[in-house]
Amino acid sequence: MKGEIHVLAILVENYSGTLSKVAGLFTRRGYNIDSLNVAETMDQKTSRITVTVTGDEKILEQITKQLNKLVNVIKITDLTSKKSIRRELMFIKISSAIENRNEIIQMTNVFKGKTVDISPKSITVELTGDEEKNNAFIELVKPFGIIELVRTGLTAIERG
Amino acid sequence: MKKKVSELLVECLELENINTVFGYPGAAIMPVYEALRKSNINHILVRNEQSAGHMANGYARANDSVGVCIATSGPGATNLITGIATAYMDSIPLVIITGQVDSKSIGSDMFQEADIIGATEPFTKHNFLVKKAKDLPKFIKEAFYLANSGRKGPVLIDLPVDIQNEQMELLYPEKTDIRGYKPTYEGNMRQIKKAVKEINSSKNPLVCVGGGIASSNSRDELEEFIKKTGIPVACSLMGVDSFDNNSDCFAGLLGSHGYPFVNRALNKADLLIVIGARLADRTTSKYSFNENQSIIHIDIDPAEIGKNVKTHIPIVGDAKRVLQALNQFDFNSTWKEWTEKIMKERESYFEKALSLNININKVNPCLVVREVSNLIGEDTILTADVGQNQIWATHFYKASKRRKFFTSGGLGTMGYSIPAAVGSKFSSPNSTVVAMSGEGGAQMLIGELAVLREHNLDIKIIIFNNDGLGMVREMQEEIYGENNNYSTSISFNPDFMKLTEAYDINGIQITNNEEIKSKLRLAFSKKGPCIIECKVDPKFPTLPTKVKKLEKRKIEIA
Repeated sequence: MKGEIHVLAILVENYSGTLSKVAGLFTRRGYNIDSLNVAETMDQKTSRITVTVTGDEKILEQITKQLNKLVNVIKITDLTSKKSIRRELMFIKISSAIENRNEIIQMTNVFKGKTVDISPKSITVELTGDEEKNNAFIELVKPFGIIELVRTGLTAIERG
Repeated sequence: MKKKVSELLVECLELENINTVFGYPGAAIMPVYEALRKSNINHILVRNEQSAGHMANGYARANDSVGVCIATSGPGATNLITGIATAYMDSIPLVIITGQVDSKSIGSDMFQEADIIGATEPFTKHNFLVKKAKDLPKFIKEAFYLANSGRKGPVLIDLPVDIQNEQMELLYPEKTDIRGYKPTYEGNMRQIKKAVKEINSSKNPLVCVGGGIASSNSRDELEEFIKKTGIPVACSLMGVDSFDNNSDCFAGLLGSHGYPFVNRALNKADLLIVIGARLADRTTSKYSFNENQSIIHIDIDPAEIGKNVKTHIPIVGDAKRVLQALNQFDFNSTWKEWTEKIMKERESYFEKALSLNININKVNPCLVVREVSNLIGEDTILTADVGQNQIWATHFYKASKRRKFFTSGGLGTMGYSIPAAVGSKFSSPNSTVVAMSGEGGAQMLIGELAVLREHNLDIKIIIFNNDGLGMVREMQEEIYGENNNYSTSISFNPDFMKLTEAYDINGIQITNNEEIKSKLRLAFSKKGPCIIECKVDPKFPTLPTKVKKLEKRKIEIA
């Protein structure tokens, strides 16, 4: 799919099987999910699913309309980059010997990340940011060797 | 007073005015069957669960109600799937109840366990797994509401067997309020006014109707709209019985197997008024989008608008309410010439099509359909199967608002016609019910003949026997060359007349055109179930106008 990245905030009723209904809809209608996360909102009866998809206007319109048809979907908001704040959390375990430990810690500080674990052969960094920032950090530490990388995928909230 | 959940389920069905259900028992649904035994609900035992889906489908369509079917867990539920998917594609309201293994054992691959919730997600409007007994009344209420409102469709309730045996008190909710489900019924007035303006400034408008007219029960409103405007009406497979086929404004079937003159009109029209139709591939296969054409699309499902064809004036709403609103306006009605031209083409098409049987021995199926159409009265239900027989039936049967026409339009399910006819007969016992099928489709669910006999249903089943799967065989030969058909010529078919003996029902065979009138009359004069087998030449084409082409290619027709 071509087109730009859209972050969809999908408010759903908290029933078992709802996530599978939402995810299944993407699969069977041929839309790709770039990332997805889900958790309860301040109301225990509802959850919010944040889905990142790539597609043009027409595809996005169909995704939104089809999602709206799911009985447990309450509301869908397209969080455009201009009007929303987007973040993802990332843990990155970097191969590191004592000689380059300081260098990695300095870079982490510049990126406003946290060093959460150090072992004789590795450093684990926690980093929060939009996708671009996280990608930039990954590029930066690649030469040291990345042992493990885990990202939550974007979550987002509307401004104001 | 506390009662068993299974008994409460049956009570809920009674509260929803359900008096007939179609199903097949099994271990995981036994408590429900015990409750049914003690109730006033009429349970029709099918011979394959798929048929329960189609019967409930025919039942719902014949009297604008909700069809209910029941099956046990595992294979019972999976057999139902084709029936559910068929109803989903045609937006037919069904409530399906399946038994499930013990709730504590779900996920352990028990005997007869299948994840029917997961399996039916893609083709149910919604489904519920009952995890706590107390949720069941709410789920049933919601299931009936969801199935029969908005864009209608099947809703499934999966009920574990241990929960069926729990005891509780019934608190059946009077109303439902589902946060995420608020269908739009009224069309936006601004859009409707825009549509009126667009209609009045058009030169060659064409109305295209689909299943939405029957589904919203708006045949009267459509009739009034056409009476006012005189715009010609084209239809999809689902819309055949939306409008009187004898009317001076009825053009007829669109699409891949539609009438050529209607497809020409579709492309020539400067305005399409699409009502309750999806404009899916089978309807628009002979259509190419053109910039000078404007499209008004009226549909209750916003997702259908703009999905397949670019729309200029979208109107989301119930066809009935939108048509009522449109009927309040004045129209130019200056389209007489355009309509008459199409109707003239229609007349000459039929003249040509029905006379193209000179070289054909055996039976011309088009003449059979036309004769049935002439023979049977007003309150009639005709079910058509899938394949060549579906097209012969659509082309030559004259439907109207009281002469209903049911077929599997969206999914194209072979085997649909016989069980759908059975279901129709149960909800409309006073209607004449006829099923039309090929011998391929008929054999898919042939076991249901037992149901016909068991209940002595007055249904006439017309089987066009052309020793093969005609439509696919024809396509194979068109694509891969003359006689290069494979697995579509059936070298052995049962003797259908012997089969009628086995099932103890009437059987009549028609072997040539001369016999059509007299034998059909004979068949229809006797009450009770009857198979009318018509021997058709394997080369007889789907579209009768293709006979000429075959003659040119010097293909001998028997």
